[in-house]
Amino acid sequence: MNRYRLSHLRELEAEAIHIFREVAAEFERPLLLYSVGKDSSVLIRLARKAFAPGKVPFPAMFVDTTFKFPEMYTHRDDFLSSIGIECFTYSNPEGKPLDMNPFDFSRQQCCGIWKTGGLLKGLTEHGVDAAFGGARREEEKSRAKERIYSFRDTQGQWDPKNQRPELWNLYNGRRNPGETIRVFPLSNWTELDVWQYIHLEEIPIVDLYYARERDMVERNGLLLPADPRVRPAEGEVKKVMCRFRSIGCVPCTGAIRSAADTLPKIIEELMVERVSERATRAIDHDQEGSMELKKREGYF
Amino acid sequence: MTRLVDQHQRANTLRFSTCGSVDDGKSTLIGRLLHDCKAAFQDQLAAAKRLTTNESVGAAGEEIDFSLLTDGLAAEREQGITIDVAYRYFSTPRRKFIIADTPGHEQYTRNMATGASTANLALVLIDARKGVLTQTRRHAFISSLLGIRHCVVCVNKMDLVDYSQEVFDGIVREFSDFATRLSVPDLEFVPLSALKGDNVVDPSARMPWYQGKPLLRLLEDVHTASDRNLIDLRYAVQYVIRPDLDYRGYAGSVASGIVRKGDEVMVLPSRKKTRVARIDTFDGEIEEAFPPMAVTLCLEDELDVSRGDMLVHPRNQPHVTRHFEAMVVWLGEQKLRVGGNYWLKHTTQSVRVKIESLRYVVDVNTLSRDREAEHLELNGIGRVVISAVRPLYVDAYRDNRSTGSFVLIDQLSNATLGAGMLIERQPEQELPSAIAEWHDAAGASAMGLIPDYERVETEERAAQLGQLPVTLWLTGLPASGKREVAHALDRLLFEAGFLSSVLDGRAVRGGLSHDLGFSPGDRAEHLRRVSTVAKTLNDAGLITIASFVSPTRVIRARAREQIGAERFVEVHVASPLEWCEARDRAETYSRARSGELLHVPGVNAPYEEPRTPAIVLRPDETGFEAAAEALMKVLRERGYLSS
Repeated sequence: MNRYRLSHLRELEAEAIHIFREVAAEFERPLLLYSVGKDSSVLIRLARKAFAPGKVPFPAMFVDTTFKFPEMYTHRDDFLSSIGIECFTYSNPEGKPLDMNPFDFSRQQCCGIWKTGGLLKGLTEHGVDAAFGGARREEEKSRAKERIYSFRDTQGQWDPKNQRPELWNLYNGRRNPGETIRVFPLSNWTELDVWQYIHLEEIPIVDLYYARERDMVERNGLLLPADPRVRPAEGEVKKVMCRFRSIGCVPCTGAIRSAADTLPKIIEELMVERVSERATRAIDHDQEGSMELKKREGYF
Repeated sequence: MTRLVDQHQRANTLRFSTCGSVDDGKSTLIGRLLHDCKAAFQDQLAAAKRLTTNESVGAAGEEIDFSLLTDGLAAEREQGITIDVAYRYFSTPRRKFIIADTPGHEQYTRNMATGASTANLALVLIDARKGVLTQTRRHAFISSLLGIRHCVVCVNKMDLVDYSQEVFDGIVREFSDFATRLSVPDLEFVPLSALKGDNVVDPSARMPWYQGKPLLRLLEDVHTASDRNLIDLRYAVQYVIRPDLDYRGYAGSVASGIVRKGDEVMVLPSRKKTRVARIDTFDGEIEEAFPPMAVTLCLEDELDVSRGDMLVHPRNQPHVTRHFEAMVVWLGEQKLRVGGNYWLKHTTQSVRVKIESLRYVVDVNTLSRDREAEHLELNGIGRVVISAVRPLYVDAYRDNRSTGSFVLIDQLSNATLGAGMLIERQPEQELPSAIAEWHDAAGASAMGLIPDYERVETEERAAQLGQLPVTLWLTGLPASGKREVAHALDRLLFEAGFLSSVLDGRAVRGGLSHDLGFSPGDRAEHLRRVSTVAKTLNDAGLITIASFVSPTRVIRARAREQIGAERFVEVHVASPLEWCEARDRAETYSRARSGELLHVPGVNAPYEEPRTPAIVLRPDETGFEAAAEALMKVLRERGYLSS
């Protein structure tokens, strides 16, 4: 009966396509949050699959924190223009006047303005009622219990104690005015699945994920890029063979030492990796339950 | 690409649910699985690359980092309990596993139901020191209610009972007794110690008396492909894709059945027929689609089709009905109101419904039914009658997890209040003849080659033989006397001048099914073959006397469908277990009791009695001849034999 059996990747793919279509049918103004990262690259591919041969019936939004890697901006422009998805960039207008940054302010304050603030304002300004995100349950403890349809109140906040039960593949999309949802089509994917899928589907991804010899600085156990925005000190920069498992803002995203410069090598590395992929994200470690706290406030 | 990367890419998925409270070792077991599977990859990779490493990876007995598994939400940490379903993931090169990890307390029945709704297998955990607890029964019952067909009972903490076979056997007996009241076709038991790693990934040297597979091996091997319904095509239109005026595609997921390019399909509710012109995907056109594929169908004719409509094969239709009965698990804080109105979501349809009545409420601990109950409260399970403002296209949940399930939604708060599973109300004889379509699909071209005028019609054969073809399906426990009764009846028919043939389990297993074992998957395939032969004999005008244990209702319903309801007479050979056991020369029972044989109905697998057999025989009381006489009488009364 193997003929009528899907591989786990194709099964995950089918589940995600089902979710995309369900949301497109039941919501008025969906939007896809595109971060340039590997997960949102997969998300884009799945959205195209869901509506082919038609066009993806909603736009993508890139929340710019002004601290992203230069490679991310280039990749965003090249990738999106090649596939014809409408994408706009949104940046919280409050950030610039404050000169918000993670050195003169705390990381929480910086994330609060650029990331969470930018996201919430962007969604509100565009009247979005359903925002697709690439979060996965496996990523982090508080995400293990996240729903596929994650309800947010009129302030965009998440109440972990009051989530709707989700049974079978019946998603309850009914909502009252002002309520919105975040939708996570990749909920059941693992990091390994994402890479296997990128490999299988030959999805272009930003070069930062591949091991290269890069100019880096090492701070508090984190390996950071020697970008001016990290403010490297004299003599602090060194060449390191490394790659990024997860990408975000330059000052707060660490690299791992690795020689994995091809997709199969990355996959093999992951098969034996014991450290969580978000271990290199400084923001997750600042406070007990840090991610949950941010989620409640409206972050992913 | 390395072999391992490639192999893992082709792995399939097993979703299973676990259930338990803090101290029963569930976290340890899950931790052990997550940990040792990573180690399994490491070992494989090291072996593949011929690395020499002194570092011992993942040896049994190694300390596990439980922090991986601490409960997720701050609220739960504060209260020291687990209140929600947590999903966890691990994989081996052969399979990816998704665990729906649910709390065990009674007040979390709804979480258990949520976790079970997408699971293929239930992993039931029992503390060897404590035996079968209320919580164990509850988890097993909810799993069976939610249609999970495979259940692995892990008897954990065997290290604390000195790895005693006696303790294990006692628990197996106790749980098996309980399981006979449930519908769990595939039941396995594993004695293990999650803490020490015994029988989790590798067989334990400390329990040489256990001949079965270690847990991970069971999980990797369990055969779930045949759980899916590949017969009844149900395709709910989800979204209409219309990029330009020339293209109109109906996007959806195949809930069950197989759809092929060129198939004739009927659109519900309009009942208009057309053909599938193409099956499109992003990656190009394909010839056929099966569950759970998400595709886009284009139809030959321009029909008015929209979201919520359903495409089916014209000869295999779901029930189109506004009224139905269902088992409902109540998830809401506010009680279910009889007479109340709710939104109901079923496939891609949302309709307003009214709760007409509450027939009974089930006590999840004792399985007793309270018919006086007036309310269904949070975590309650009850049978309700529902009517909808417009028709739904439904199947019984046991036949179809997708078209048989729904959720109830509050009209004000929009909260998801209930989860329902449709019950087949009609007698089985009135079921749509699902198998007819299946035969068409399989043999359409072959049948097309035979012009109608060359066929000998059933009526002609009946007239010549003086009998109508029928299959007497004798079901009952092993050694209950089915074979003896079958041959006695064969003799009576022969002497009366009729033509019949006996299909007997042992004979068929020695030939046609010699490649199959006794696991539920194999049993289903065995009976599919038997049913095909029975039908062939009937088609030739013969009376078939089939003698098979056929322990579950599902399996017999399939046989009935395949042979044809009008030709199928179900006979229950109901000799009591003790009598069967006493006369059992094949030692099936004693070997099952010793643990040597698994899946023996009545001992370590359930036997579900037929609900509405044509006749119940007791050869232990009447003898075989009298039982055969009684069957003759049934055949005459029902007009299968000319007088």
